[in-house]
Amino acid sequence: MIGVLFDGFAYGMLLFLLSVGLSVTLGMMNFVNLAHCAFAMIGGYVTVTLMNQWHWPFLATLPLAFLGPALVSVVFERALYRRLYGASDLDQVLLTIGLAFVSVAVAAYLYGTIQQPVRMPDYLRGSVTALGLTFGAYRLFLIIMALGITLLLAGALEYTRFGAQVRAAVDNQRMARGLGINVDAAFAITFALGSGLAGLGGALAIEIVGLDPSFAFTYLIYVLIVVSVGGLGSIGGSFVAASLIGISDVAGKYYVPGLGAFLIYLVMIALLMWRPAGLFGRR
Amino acid sequence: MDASAISSPQAYMRLQARWRPVELAFWLATLLPFWLTPDYLVLASQIAITALFALSLDLILGYAGIVSLGHAAFFGLGAYTAGLIAKYGWGEPVTGLIAATLVAGIVGYAASLIVSRFRHLALIMITLGMGLLLAEAANSASWLTGGADGLQGVKIWPVFNVFSFDLYGYVAYSYALIVLFLVFLLARRIINSPFGLSLRGIRENAVRVPALGAPSRAHLRKIYTIAAAIAGIAGALLAQTTETVSLEALGFQRSADVLVILILGGAGRLYGGLIGAIIFMVARDQFSGNTPQFWYFWIGALLVAVVMFLPNGILGGFAKLASRWSKVF
Amino acid sequence: MIALATRGLNKRFGSLVVAKDIAFELPVGARHALIGPNGAGKTTLINLMTGMLPPDTGEILLGGENIATLAPEARVRRGLVRTFQINSLFPNLNALEAVTLAICERESVARVWWQRVTAHGGVIDEAHGILSSLMLGNDCYRPTRELPYGRQRLLEIALALATRPKVLLLDEPAAGVPRGESAELFAVVSSLPSDISVLFIEHDMDFVFRFASRIIVMVGGAILLEGAPREIAADPRVREVYLGKSSHAASRHDGARHG
Repeated sequence: MIGVLFDGFAYGMLLFLLSVGLSVTLGMMNFVNLAHCAFAMIGGYVTVTLMNQWHWPFLATLPLAFLGPALVSVVFERALYRRLYGASDLDQVLLTIGLAFVSVAVAAYLYGTIQQPVRMPDYLRGSVTALGLTFGAYRLFLIIMALGITLLLAGALEYTRFGAQVRAAVDNQRMARGLGINVDAAFAITFALGSGLAGLGGALAIEIVGLDPSFAFTYLIYVLIVVSVGGLGSIGGSFVAASLIGISDVAGKYYVPGLGAFLIYLVMIALLMWRPAGLFGRR
Repeated sequence: MDASAISSPQAYMRLQARWRPVELAFWLATLLPFWLTPDYLVLASQIAITALFALSLDLILGYAGIVSLGHAAFFGLGAYTAGLIAKYGWGEPVTGLIAATLVAGIVGYAASLIVSRFRHLALIMITLGMGLLLAEAANSASWLTGGADGLQGVKIWPVFNVFSFDLYGYVAYSYALIVLFLVFLLARRIINSPFGLSLRGIRENAVRVPALGAPSRAHLRKIYTIAAAIAGIAGALLAQTTETVSLEALGFQRSADVLVILILGGAGRLYGGLIGAIIFMVARDQFSGNTPQFWYFWIGALLVAVVMFLPNGILGGFAKLASRWSKVF
Repeated sequence: MIALATRGLNKRFGSLVVAKDIAFELPVGARHALIGPNGAGKTTLINLMTGMLPPDTGEILLGGENIATLAPEARVRRGLVRTFQINSLFPNLNALEAVTLAICERESVARVWWQRVTAHGGVIDEAHGILSSLMLGNDCYRPTRELPYGRQRLLEIALALATRPKVLLLDEPAAGVPRGESAELFAVVSSLPSDISVLFIEHDMDFVFRFASRIIVMVGGAILLEGAPREIAADPRVREVYLGKSSHAASRHDGARHG
């Protein structure tokens, strides 16, 4: 049981990294970015290329798996997204789905449609024994990384000036602008950060779930579930929702394999009906 | 439009609802495949079915503003209902069609009780979730649905005991086209009715409508149920004309494709789904071939282009052109 | 005869009190104005009365019936109608369609999906009649988003009138209307049927003194005082609310200047 909880929590941490960026930018600008997991996919492919073509060590690829998608997102944001901030939900959905389709097609063209194999360094393979239980080393690494990032994010949000600006913009955009906060710049930076984190998540996900072009859509569904359940604009909400979804999914597949993903969708619908703005959302 | 050119408000409204020559030309053109492209009648019947499905989505998306990412659920329900009825002995197509409509409509009504209460992201997620839920359930219930292998042993009897479905698709296309046209007439009537006007009001400004004393949730439930029933008809047609049903009939891909089709053609214009279906299906038939990723590259690029430059789809682009022309002349 | 009344209406958001023990009465045929500084809770009061915001405690009596638990649509059906401070219209419908929609809903014709709208000619004619009486007859075929702001404001009122209200709550009807277009608005408001009871929120004092027979002043979520326009204009507390406590110093200064 502990094993299932541990694995579930690790999976949840992965989902958190993939989702937190979308939650904050959705909460800030109300912009539905369904290309978010395409950024994750890009991050994954950055790691794959660096490791398999240029033999970089795994850990060294991670900063680039973060930066690559972040830069790409800046380009998308400048060129396309900013024209649609006031547009309808539908238009934003369509634009970003279109971009996701294009990214997936390009990835399939460059890398093919089969899963990419990467070999993790030895110190991340195998398991660690503590307190009389065995924990997978990679999953432990994942959890520690995610918790570290969470603390960093929470700290930055709470204690830095930029963090205060982001919080203000999420809370009340018009008021924040009126106070002289450059909401557009804050959004662009936050968006890049969120996409970068997604990219990092994509790189970290290779070992757990594998990477192929369909990643952009398969995990988009999970990310959307985490974001809508956790509440828009809430890091804490994403954390809780991701942990919940991660644990439910692993536990469900372990204890009731017949139900499969059925349970997750049911839980999501029920939670959204009870709290349409998400568990920690405000609208 | 200048008020002086209009004789009375009633005349104006009648003008709006009148059949335009280009519409008649369109429907006459749908008969052309029988003479011009008799080798492609099977494709033509597929297009008619997809057009009907897109029309059903237009009723909720284009006219009532409900963004659904799970509309294929009703298409699939219709398909499986018609398929199962035929598989278990009753292959009469028209009654099978009616049964499928009823099943899809009833489930649509149940879903509408939930759907009518939400907007924005919550609505998108709930429709997505419901669609995925049904797809999962269909996958798991392989004893009923045939699972990933699809429904086997579906045998459809001749229509009215006279017209048996031939290999070339003459009967299939005629059948699908007639059903499409009849349902289209119904949809057109709905749009031009007081109910249709209220729906457009809800789409334009959902807050104002209850402030006018309108029961907007009841209106939304009604149109959602109707749209679900029509999607069910389309699904049943697919099952009956191809004598197979597979899981992709209710999958997310189908929901996403029909959304793309509707937007391409232009939502809220009744013909948008039809035009979009023709273009999408013909293009896919020609270009998809061996490399599906090229297909999705161009569809993605097209979506981006449509949203950035042609926000009301192809028909919207035409409408803008037409209004500019009429200002010049 | 009291058309609309509230008793003990309270609403707070956490520690922010937006409505404190609101008690007032609107007689039949009244033309009352609700004034007060920004943030006083005037629009909130309208939202509470129309059901867009649920009160914490209190009663809302429409014609003697407590409507505090009814849905917004139900209140409209009983004759309580409001207009919005910022136009809340249907951008791509034209004025004729919009008002026809309102009348169809009023007559419960809106659930008819099997007949064309044109089969209900009387509704269309009535819609045109309402629009003509508000001087929108010539513009009624253009999409709403193409109308100038002043005309849109009139359409906002036309929609409300199409529902045959008994009580009409106008939220800043003159807001945003340029001086050149306000004459039409004034004409429309003065020709409102005398059996409709009207409460309007306004900042434009010209408008208030022209149309109001009684003024209610709200500050910080509560009613400060109410009375005839002349009394309110002269009351020092009202000046204080708008100009601050140094207002009497300013008037002394004025007095000194004029000798």
